[in-house]
Amino acid sequence: MSISTVGAGPAVSAGPAPLAPPSPARRARKRSRGLLLTWGFAAPALVVYATFVLVPVGLAAVYSFFNWNGLGDLDRFIGIDNYARALADPVFLGAMRNNALIVVLSLLIQGPLAIGIALLLNRPIRGRTMIRTLIFVPYVLSEVVAGLAFKLLLPPDGPFDGMLTALGWVGEKPLWLADPDIAFWTLFAVITWKYLGFAIILMLAGLQGVPEELSEAASIDGASWWQIQRHITLPLLGPTIRIWAFLSIIGSLQLFDMVFILTGGGPLNSTETMATYMVEYGNGRSQIGYGSAVAVILFVVSLVVALLYQRFILRRDLAGAITKGG
Amino acid sequence: MMNRRSITRRAAVAATTVLAIGLTACAPAGEGSADGDVTLTWWHNGTGEPLLGFWEDVASEFEEANPGVTVEVTAYQNEELQRTLIPNQLRTGSGLDLYQQWGAGELAAQVEAGYVKDISEDVAGQVDALGGVVAPWQVDGATYGLPFNFGIEGFWYNTELFAEAGITETPTTLDELYEAIDALKAADIVPIAVGAGDGWPAAHYWYNFALKSCSPEVLQTAQADLTFDDPCFIEAGELLEEFIATEPFQDGFLGTGAQQGAGSSAGILATGGAAMELMGQWNPGVMGGILQEETGDAEATPPEFLGWFNFPAIEGAQGDPTAALGGGDGFSCSAWSPPECSDLLEYITSVEVQTRFGEIGAGVPVTPGSEAGIADPNLQLVFDGLQSASYVQLWLDTAFGATVGGAMNEGIVSLFGGQGEPASIVQNMKDAAATL
Repeated sequence: MSISTVGAGPAVSAGPAPLAPPSPARRARKRSRGLLLTWGFAAPALVVYATFVLVPVGLAAVYSFFNWNGLGDLDRFIGIDNYARALADPVFLGAMRNNALIVVLSLLIQGPLAIGIALLLNRPIRGRTMIRTLIFVPYVLSEVVAGLAFKLLLPPDGPFDGMLTALGWVGEKPLWLADPDIAFWTLFAVITWKYLGFAIILMLAGLQGVPEELSEAASIDGASWWQIQRHITLPLLGPTIRIWAFLSIIGSLQLFDMVFILTGGGPLNSTETMATYMVEYGNGRSQIGYGSAVAVILFVVSLVVALLYQRFILRRDLAGAITKGG
Repeated sequence: MMNRRSITRRAAVAATTVLAIGLTACAPAGEGSADGDVTLTWWHNGTGEPLLGFWEDVASEFEEANPGVTVEVTAYQNEELQRTLIPNQLRTGSGLDLYQQWGAGELAAQVEAGYVKDISEDVAGQVDALGGVVAPWQVDGATYGLPFNFGIEGFWYNTELFAEAGITETPTTLDELYEAIDALKAADIVPIAVGAGDGWPAAHYWYNFALKSCSPEVLQTAQADLTFDDPCFIEAGELLEEFIATEPFQDGFLGTGAQQGAGSSAGILATGGAAMELMGQWNPGVMGGILQEETGDAEATPPEFLGWFNFPAIEGAQGDPTAALGGGDGFSCSAWSPPECSDLLEYITSVEVQTRFGEIGAGVPVTPGSEAGIADPNLQLVFDGLQSASYVQLWLDTAFGATVGGAMNEGIVSLFGGQGEPASIVQNMKDAAATL
């Protein structure tokens, strides 16, 4: 004989109260207590989130309609003038172009590079763990430390130029951070160095989810290594690639620390991004209203890109990941 | 409208208050408690020695001399203090009594917003004693702060490299400066280091050309009205363009910072990589700090080969040939500070404290009678230069305020990089002034 302790079946013998079906009133009480608990636990986090995220975002939106230097009353309403000014400023448009270029270059260069290295590292080779660790180290460093290190390495006749000379480079070296035509590419190279490890680790994790049986079967059928990667591994790695691309795009749009430390947006605004431009005006030039308008533009661009990406590219990957609860 | 405005304002104040309390964990200060005790909150930018310890000593001496008064003195990193902490705290209307103040454009904006106390009557004696150097801390004839350090800019140069290039006398005219540059280049020495990557150090060349091209009256009108129509401003850009064309600067100057590390312009001069740098009175101290970091020797001092000369006069230019460009540091009392605030400020600018300020070598004291304290020979050179200058113009970016100043500096750096023209610097300034 089995005794059921769950469900709404008849109570067996003198079963204790919990075995009986809860009355509607009791269920409601329980639910309200659950709700209270949920909100009770969430409240501190919500307060912090509202204070440090929602309120500042809302305030920035309000400030962006005023000509305000951060002092005194907020009393000079100028409508959308700040937005019009930003979108007409060649320096800001250049900053937007730089952000867009970094997005595209990251996707076109960092992605394939990371996938390629991950595929190589996924094979049994000697010292694999050490190589993986070495590749991941730059990502672990803080942006400030990495930026400062490259700032110290890259001045004219600095340690990096010395290394090039030792390796046999003769003649003039490029001005890595001081030539407006080169600084952007130096910046991109440093960003790639910094974030490639993260992309590779992500891809390697994704590769763990690709069943080996498929490759083995294909191999038995006579498929080459390249054919296996092209037709089996890469398609199955799709969700990982799409998530990495999402993180990369958002990160590229909001790029700040590395640029701020390495070049400060210079020389001649050649490495300016939307975020460094915002800080330069909002903080450096005491134009809080204008800086806020730039912040709102950056926020909207990031939000729109994120939503469109989720709607059209991540939809399939996220299906089932977000449940309705209950 | 009125309601909405007051709601947003309250929200802003609430948010900044939360931030301020979170960041500084300080109790509202400046309010006397029931037993008559007073707490003064004092913020300055002297995060390193000797200034840090010096201000702490001054605070405790003031406490001893004034029973019932507590001085809470805190040092913050300069840009953080100037651009973020002070404006945020002032907006809350409490919690700050005595704070670092650079004067002119920024002070005027704070006064207009009602945050700064008019101390004209409290410190009338000091204002008389200090004379012209108080001007940047005055708005419409009223005094809103006092300086404790004021110096002028000039070329800091390497006497050994000058000797190596066969230069026997420091240049007093622009032509002589060009000759010195040629002589240094001929001796395979980089003539001048400039930290154009930080903007302002490059901009100071234009300021000096403007100072020598424009009459003091034009400069004063420009500061008061933010009008830049006089042709002398474009002339300054043309003089600068000629100067840049002689290629006096180190390679990659567009990417060089001014004051951090051996690769900065101050570091290049300190380590013998260039013969000159145009910089303010603080430069020996900065170089000493860089050498301490580079050599690991905590006792390292500014290089002994240093010399100093004022920016040379320009033949035939409209400006005053003996005018100098300079600026200083001061302190202001917030509008809600207790009366003890101006007492403390008076003590800071007393002959006794100022003499000791000169002795520690952190800057050039301003109170007459304290000159004897200037122990550093380099600071003595700056002080002599200040004494012999007929007119001292405050740094133009400070004088015009952050908005116009930033746009002006950006335009000048573009000229350094071979982009833009003399007229576009002036246009940048006019455009920025129009957004105010």
